[in-house]
Amino acid sequence: MDGDGSLERLKRDGRIVVVGASLAGLRAAETLRDKGFAGSLTLIGDEACEPYDRPPLSKQVLLGRASAERTALPRLRALDATWRLGRAATGLDMAARRVRLADGDEVPYDRLLIATGVRARPWPNEAEADLDGVFVLRTRDDSAALARRLDAGPERVLVIGAGFTGSEIASACRERGLPVTVAERGAAPLVGALGGVVGAVAAEMHREHGVDLRCGVMVTALEGDASGRVRAAQLSDGSTVETDVVIVSLGALRNTEWLAGSGLGAGPRGIACDAGCRAFDIRGIVTDDIYAAGDVARSPHALFGYQFLSLEHWGNAVSQARIAAHNMLSESTDRLPHMEVPAFWSSQFGVNIKSVGIPSMGTEILVSQGSLADHRFLGVYGYQGRVIGAVAFDHGRWLPFYQELIETTAPFPPPFATVDRRPEGQRPLDADFPDPSIPTHGPTVTLSGYSPADRRMTFTPAH
Amino acid sequence: MTQSLLHQILDYANRADPYPIYEELRKSPVHHEADGPYVISTYYEIRSLLHDPRISSDARNLASNAAEPPAGAPSEESTLPPGFLKLDPPEHDRLRRMTNRPFGPPHSPHRVDGMRGELHDIVTGLIDGIGDPDRIDLVEQFSYPFPVTVICRLLGVPREDETRFHVWADTLAANLDPDPDADPAERDKGAQDARMQLGMYLAGLIEERRKNPGEDMLSQLATAKGDDGPMTTMELLSTAALLLIAGHETTVNLITNGMLTLLRNPDVLQRLRADPRLAVPIVEELLRFEPPVQLVPQRTTLADIEVRGVTIPKGASVWLVLASGNRDPRRFEDPDRFDPDRPDIQHLGLGSGIHSCFGAPLARLETQFALAELARRLENPRLLEDPPPYRQNAVLRGPRRLHLTCDGIRP
Ligand SMILES: Cc1cc2nc3c(=O)[nH]c(=O)nc-3n(C[C@H](O)[C@H](O)[C@H](O)COP(=O)(O)OP(=O)(O)OC[C@H]3O[C@@H](n4cnc5c(N)ncnc54)[C@H](O)[C@@H]3O)c2cc1C
Repeated sequence: MDGDGSLERLKRDGRIVVVGASLAGLRAAETLRDKGFAGSLTLIGDEACEPYDRPPLSKQVLLGRASAERTALPRLRALDATWRLGRAATGLDMAARRVRLADGDEVPYDRLLIATGVRARPWPNEAEADLDGVFVLRTRDDSAALARRLDAGPERVLVIGAGFTGSEIASACRERGLPVTVAERGAAPLVGALGGVVGAVAAEMHREHGVDLRCGVMVTALEGDASGRVRAAQLSDGSTVETDVVIVSLGALRNTEWLAGSGLGAGPRGIACDAGCRAFDIRGIVTDDIYAAGDVARSPHALFGYQFLSLEHWGNAVSQARIAAHNMLSESTDRLPHMEVPAFWSSQFGVNIKSVGIPSMGTEILVSQGSLADHRFLGVYGYQGRVIGAVAFDHGRWLPFYQELIETTAPFPPPFATVDRRPEGQRPLDADFPDPSIPTHGPTVTLSGYSPADRRMTFTPAH
Repeated sequence: MTQSLLHQILDYANRADPYPIYEELRKSPVHHEADGPYVISTYYEIRSLLHDPRISSDARNLASNAAEPPAGAPSEESTLPPGFLKLDPPEHDRLRRMTNRPFGPPHSPHRVDGMRGELHDIVTGLIDGIGDPDRIDLVEQFSYPFPVTVICRLLGVPREDETRFHVWADTLAANLDPDPDADPAERDKGAQDARMQLGMYLAGLIEERRKNPGEDMLSQLATAKGDDGPMTTMELLSTAALLLIAGHETTVNLITNGMLTLLRNPDVLQRLRADPRLAVPIVEELLRFEPPVQLVPQRTTLADIEVRGVTIPKGASVWLVLASGNRDPRRFEDPDRFDPDRPDIQHLGLGSGIHSCFGAPLARLETQFALAELARRLENPRLLEDPPPYRQNAVLRGPRRLHLTCDGIRP
């Protein structure tokens, strides 16, 4: 299609279909229009409501500071799109370029963007999961239902899993004055994302705020009463927690089942795509007309040894959406890679947590500013002698500096003096990840420049 | 001999339009003259350094041989008052955090917004009092008294004391901006007296508020018992002084620069008159286009730092020229154009990083109210002199007077 005018035709009167009408889907659609796409645009979403924002669902909404219904994402421009909400895509015919819908309809496309995200991993025992009082938290309805139940003043809340979402829920419950037990299989909260050193800080935060935190245990069964309401949970250490609200917070499953048999390289780990968000087929060949963005995508990141990363981060969904939209309407030489440095935020127990890079790739951590004991610090993660990630507890304003260190593969530990370096920050510590994923040795890539136009990648082959 | 760029920045002759000098300066993003500070003038470099933990705001980290700023440069005392502004973490963080508790989110999310009614009344009162529409000095009759009155209300200065408070505040502010014609000894003495009296007045007020706390900020600061422990009386005094001086000296200039810019761009003024909501993007663009704090002269390096191929040695004095970064064509298209419709105004006007302007939400709201009301009520306003006479100060830059005339004042 290069140079033969087909791109112009696509822009003028092509058909673009977006499956998954949430954050990534909406932002991609807006970008398409921004870039002059004048053809027909269809957004397909299985949720009945317009796109909304998820981060407040486990924070402001549970605290009663915002209502779940009022989390609609701001529209950045008019879209002029056909919305097909409340119906799921159930199949994809790559050869005929059609998406099949639950109601039997088929929607043809010239370009397809898949942004179906993830869903909450349910409690594995279905009967137990169906007990009244057992919740997951992914959607607006989940959040509204949970907030209502918390309003009713339960005797005790049990949160299963102390990742970011689980910790935020526990924090919100404590702020409401509700008794909370948190059961976590790992040695500490957040340990998978941030390691044991920071996990120990997170554990202190839970306990200082009155959470009954149990680590190194698993919930083995949920028990209901005669009327089908949850009343207790059994733990692997033999103990029982009496509770009338359970929130299952065990991570997420990717929404890719509807693509089974389509020939697209999609599976439980997401949709494999290249750095330009073009999806691979199952043969590992990149498609030219199917793109993926957001939580469902899995793409190589040049800065991290070309590892295929799937990131459940708000900022990642937005930036991949924009890159995918741009590339859909570009000649091959004008396509852009998604090179954004991963970034994440959370807020719990009154502390603002932010991270950049991939802390979980780090093997060591240096507390370069502030102090772990104060729960206000900046931790830099090192991997093979370079800075690979950073986390800030109430220190977010410094992060752009550490992001630059990551982008330029600065040496670890950073050799210079900084403000507020404490004695504990003189030496790196073992970051203490449960199962360090060791990426393969590879070439080194560094990033420079600021605006998308002068952003450059420098490649140094492995030796 | 041609003047060095540094001298040109400080030279009063260039006060009305420093932007051509900044443009010259940006040709070398790290500009260093023998014995002078390292001057950073480009957007991305300034922004990086504002987030760089190897940069200190505490003058005690300056090397003893660090560059003395050239004569006429703003000295420590003549720029902004001490307080957490000139401290590094952890002291900075503690004081700023404690000061923020009664001021902004998360603990006081409604403080600034809750002042809307009061701001409106103050603005209305000042405009009502302008009197003769033929010759208005906007600085004296409006831009000056407005923020001081706001600070009084915020701190909880009783109405009957406001006049005395205004006098001290004005004297101190004038001292930040030396009038070349005034006798320096006399001026200093006047300022010292004012500082003494204001300090004693505040100390008395603090004592009084400890016993009978009210809803005001000073009461809340005086009685706070958070994780950070209480503020000492000295800390409270320096914080109150910081809020007072930084909080109004900058807003005066923002409002005055704002009106000046609107009068030079009558189409925008017209649009604002028709739609007061335009005040929001206008103030953002103003903070880019004519920021009241032109440069940050009090930074020093804790280590050797490389910036754009230049190594700034440890202990060096570093100036960050915010106003120049705001007009960097690598960041902003057509940067010398005042354009409130810019889609992306991420300016440096309020700084960035841990020292980013504490009072920003209030300053924004004050200026939005001020400009929208002035636009609505002044009938056909015109400048009587352009450029107006400027203040001496190169750091806190703004007109000393802004003389306008208009056909009348609408009710
Ligand atoms: C409670 C909570 C708190 C969070 N907090 C933070 C935070 O603090 N910071 C942060 O960085 N990130 C946070 N996140 C993550 C962030 O919200 C996600 O990264 C982001 O929503 C991803 O956007 P997306 O568009 O890729 O996917 P999603 O938002 O999951 O959207 C996918 C959409 O596709 C729909 N869909 C799925 N399958 C189909 C199908 N077959 N047909 C049609 N439609 C389908 C889904 O129902 C959904 O509406 C949080 C997430 C949650 C749930």
